[in-house]
Amino acid sequence: MKNLIRKIKGRTNLMVGGIIAAIVVVMAVFAPFLAPYHPVNDADLMFSEEPPGETFWMGTDQQGRDILSRVIYGARISLAVGLICQVLNTSIGVILGLTAGFFGKWWDDLVMGLTNIMLSIPPLIFALAIMAILGPGLVNVFLALGLTNWSFSCRITRSQVLFTRGLDYVKAAKALGYGRIRIMFTQILPNIVGPILVVATLGVADAILLEAALSFLGLGTQPPTPSWGGMLSSAREQLFTAPWISIFPGLAIFITVLGLNLFGDGLRDILDPHTTRLGKA
Amino acid sequence: MFAYAVRRILQFIPTILVITLIMFMLLNVLPGNAAMMAMDSRKAKDPEMIEQLKQRWGLDKPLYVRYLLYLKDLARGDLGRSFIRGDAVGGLVGARIWPTLKLAFTAMAIAVVLGIPLGFFSALKQGSWLDTGSMIGAVSGVSVPQFWLGLLLMYFFAVQFRLLPPSGYGDGDIAHLILPSVTLGVGYTALLARTTRAAVIEVLNTDYIRTARAKGLSELLINRKHVLRNTLILVMTTAGLQFGFLIGQTVIVEKLFSWPGLGSLLVDSIFMRDIPVTQGCVLVIISVFLLVNLAVDLMYAFVDPRIEYS
Repeated sequence: MKNLIRKIKGRTNLMVGGIIAAIVVVMAVFAPFLAPYHPVNDADLMFSEEPPGETFWMGTDQQGRDILSRVIYGARISLAVGLICQVLNTSIGVILGLTAGFFGKWWDDLVMGLTNIMLSIPPLIFALAIMAILGPGLVNVFLALGLTNWSFSCRITRSQVLFTRGLDYVKAAKALGYGRIRIMFTQILPNIVGPILVVATLGVADAILLEAALSFLGLGTQPPTPSWGGMLSSAREQLFTAPWISIFPGLAIFITVLGLNLFGDGLRDILDPHTTRLGKA
Repeated sequence: MFAYAVRRILQFIPTILVITLIMFMLLNVLPGNAAMMAMDSRKAKDPEMIEQLKQRWGLDKPLYVRYLLYLKDLARGDLGRSFIRGDAVGGLVGARIWPTLKLAFTAMAIAVVLGIPLGFFSALKQGSWLDTGSMIGAVSGVSVPQFWLGLLLMYFFAVQFRLLPPSGYGDGDIAHLILPSVTLGVGYTALLARTTRAAVIEVLNTDYIRTARAKGLSELLINRKHVLRNTLILVMTTAGLQFGFLIGQTVIVEKLFSWPGLGSLLVDSIFMRDIPVTQGCVLVIISVFLLVNLAVDLMYAFVDPRIEYS
């Protein structure tokens, strides 16, 4: 335990990333207490496009809503999207990867074939194709992104299973007469959680960026719900007159994703020193 | 080598077939599918008219027949017709390919010229200010949302200093290309720098580098002859794979800078619920990505003598 704490303290990226992630979580959970105004209802055209100042720290948007409050509430959307989508992705990836690596044969060929095809479709393009059919909206974003990015989890799970499968404790479990499902979930899975967790953390960052991109394009979270990407989608028109509308929501996305990426990198340094980010697009 | 090339090219065909199948199913089976969108887009309410439209677009046939017909057309280079405008999708898409390629390849050139040397020298001088600085830059580069970076660049270079045009294609001149390609290139530069650094560190720990040092070769010679060459092979493959990342991002950058490429056509077609155009754009974008990967693989086999072709 002491060893682990020392390891964590030695990792600047893990510490910085963890602090940033914690701040975002606090913002999301305590948004109603932290935000000085209501993100949607406190719109007042009298205060439209106010520059940042004492009353409105980050200024106001074209409808006179406080940008700081909207940024704070926006953390809820980003965090929800990141977590829900990545839970979906990880579940799909782990189940496919675990069974593919464990059962092998035609199932392995099928899963790996599908994984390689998914890897050859740019994630944003795939998500756009799904959104094209399902139509804009937050729930559809969960689905689109939850089905898009599982291939990394699948690949890492499978390669870890292939490595673990031949180890003595798995052989021992087999000799004890454990069933295959039991071996998979009680013997193999707990021992390969580290690398899966690393991929999942980086996946949360990817999902947040993708949601922001979809909302920016107008296909994700719909107004007036405050989402960071959505706040930027109409900001271009005000770029000449009110650049602060563009600056703060983008900064929020940037810092959050940066924090998660740093955290993921640090986690990998501790849990999984052999893999690099090679091949992780 | 030749046999390998042929086999690799033949592998391309089933991949693209499966992708057309996935995309076709996605766009035609899910609720709110293409057929219903087609009706929507024409504001068709009258049942007779709907039947007529269905027949015209072949939507009355069973799904597998439609897929086979789609493949047949595809084999002849026919991507179908736009629901809205009735134009051939092939023509619509064709006109947009060059601007997208121009944007993507310029961004890639920026990334290769900046990212690879940055990663290379960072790895050689691990822990130096150059290394720390460029790795902080790289992790920021992969984290920054492209549309926000684009907005900031637009604000500074077009609004504040009035050095460059804020958006549009112009007459294809360089001035219009700079902001979009830099916006697109930053993330890829960061990825390449990180990949290169990791690859160099891996190569530096190999036995042949230790042997070269033991032989008393100068560091310069080792770096140039052994490290750089072996690293480039590693970097090339990941660069190809990550090109998909770049192609995906063109959608956002094109939309932001009103760039008349495939990405903005794709987004517009989604809003207009014009499924044949959406399908065409997605297919062409993925094909470009697969072709680049194919080219990278072949180049890789050509450059690396250790690869077995049998």
